[in-house]
Amino acid sequence: MTSPLIIVEDLAKTFVLHNADGAAIPVFERLTLEVASGECVVLAGESGVGKSTLMRSIFGNYLPTQGAVRVLHDDAYLDITRAQPHQVIDVRRRTLGYVSQFLRVIPRIPTLRLVMEPLLENGVSLEEARARAETLLAALRLPRAHWDLPPATFSGGEQQRVNIARSFIRNYPVMLLDEPTASLDAENRAIVVQLIRQALDRGAAMIGIFHDHDVRDAVATRLFSVSEFKAAA
Amino acid sequence: MNAMAQNAHKAIEATPLLRVDGLTKWYGHVVGCRDVSFEIRPGEVLGIVGESGSGKTTVLNCISGRLPPSAGQVEFDTSRFGPADIYGLSEPDRRRMQREEWGFVHQNPRDGLRMRASGGANVAEPLMNLGGRHYGKMRAATIEWLERVELDIGRIDDKPRHFSGGMQQRIQVARNLIHGPRLVFMDEPTGGLDVSVQARLLDLLRELVRDLGLAVIIVTHDMAVARLMADRLMVMKSGYVVETGLTDQVLDDPQHPYSQLLVSSVLQI
Repeated sequence: MTSPLIIVEDLAKTFVLHNADGAAIPVFERLTLEVASGECVVLAGESGVGKSTLMRSIFGNYLPTQGAVRVLHDDAYLDITRAQPHQVIDVRRRTLGYVSQFLRVIPRIPTLRLVMEPLLENGVSLEEARARAETLLAALRLPRAHWDLPPATFSGGEQQRVNIARSFIRNYPVMLLDEPTASLDAENRAIVVQLIRQALDRGAAMIGIFHDHDVRDAVATRLFSVSEFKAAA
Repeated sequence: MNAMAQNAHKAIEATPLLRVDGLTKWYGHVVGCRDVSFEIRPGEVLGIVGESGSGKTTVLNCISGRLPPSAGQVEFDTSRFGPADIYGLSEPDRRRMQREEWGFVHQNPRDGLRMRASGGANVAEPLMNLGGRHYGKMRAATIEWLERVELDIGRIDDKPRHFSGGMQQRIQVARNLIHGPRLVFMDEPTGGLDVSVQARLLDLLRELVRDLGLAVIIVTHDMAVARLMADRLMVMKSGYVVETGLTDQVLDDPQHPYSQLLVSSVLQI
């Protein structure tokens, strides 16, 4: 039996809003989840149940109130919730990829450069990074005329594809997908489904949020209900 | 599993370049900064954020050897002496280390440039100060750096006052990187620039930091600049550090009441 690539242990998250009289907003508690190589676990539950909060807690973007998120990194488990910032950055650079719904980048940088960036950060040569970025952008059917333009003026679907290209250009062992197909048409959704399946075939572990049932059914190996761990208010 | 975890820990752990411990600065009875401690490793970008008067610049000046602290230690891993308290070094040794191993980019280019010397001379000067004597080599290095910061070589002999604010800032960046420093301090480096120039300079700085593996400590009150530049943040209020952590964690899920206020006060466009 292979060990899971990611172990979420007894996780709890409560937001405390100090500037609203210290209001506490509990989201989930005692949440436990393991994801192995080749698995794509899709988070289920209605809007507001804490799916994105869970994703962000796993990525180290949100600070959980309790529990651990252990990611297999360099053959050892590292608890993201307690790791030093430079360790989390290293995990994100080499092990843990994240596709959000939004593209957040420095303005005025050409699309091709943005897509190459994750490879350049990992010491891949300029030529190879460029070649792989071009292949991926072509596969995602982003018009070639757009490649040298910054994505700020692109449509929602085009920005989303730039975002996907930035994440799939590296073969991250673990990937978190927060509605990567939200603003895509059917054909582009099918391409993303294909990218996800290829990644699973080479052994990636994935956790995803998909509101689109077709995409969900096409990639999910199992569903995980976040609402079962709803914290009492 | 514990032993394995420790090994992995070692693999990415590097010796801190700068270690600050219990740094405190009093201005008479007024607190400049109080009990500030942190470390920075090679290749890391640390952002210090907070409103005006929070102590950001006091910390920057103390740790960059420009303002002796009232208490505490600033230890830098010097090439010459190994880890050493910078205020324990003799004045000439400290100045030499600052020239050889550090850079300091001011908010106002006029504070970091010699306005009477040409742009090219400003960039070449650190090499001359470090004993460079070969004119051809220094000129080649200067041209290389002007190109790197995307300045027109044809204007190498123009005085800084004939350049725009954004170009002056690029000259200052080149001047502070040409000698191959390991640690660079930046005080609101994009503060006086309009937003379009700001974006390009930020991109340039990020690229240089990545390619050179620099450690950078950047002071800014601009949360957008902090998000784009810094790996991790230190939030200051009234001279104290109230929160530290990974940049996106501090900005997206701030824990301290003041950090929450600071982040929620940013105007959205």
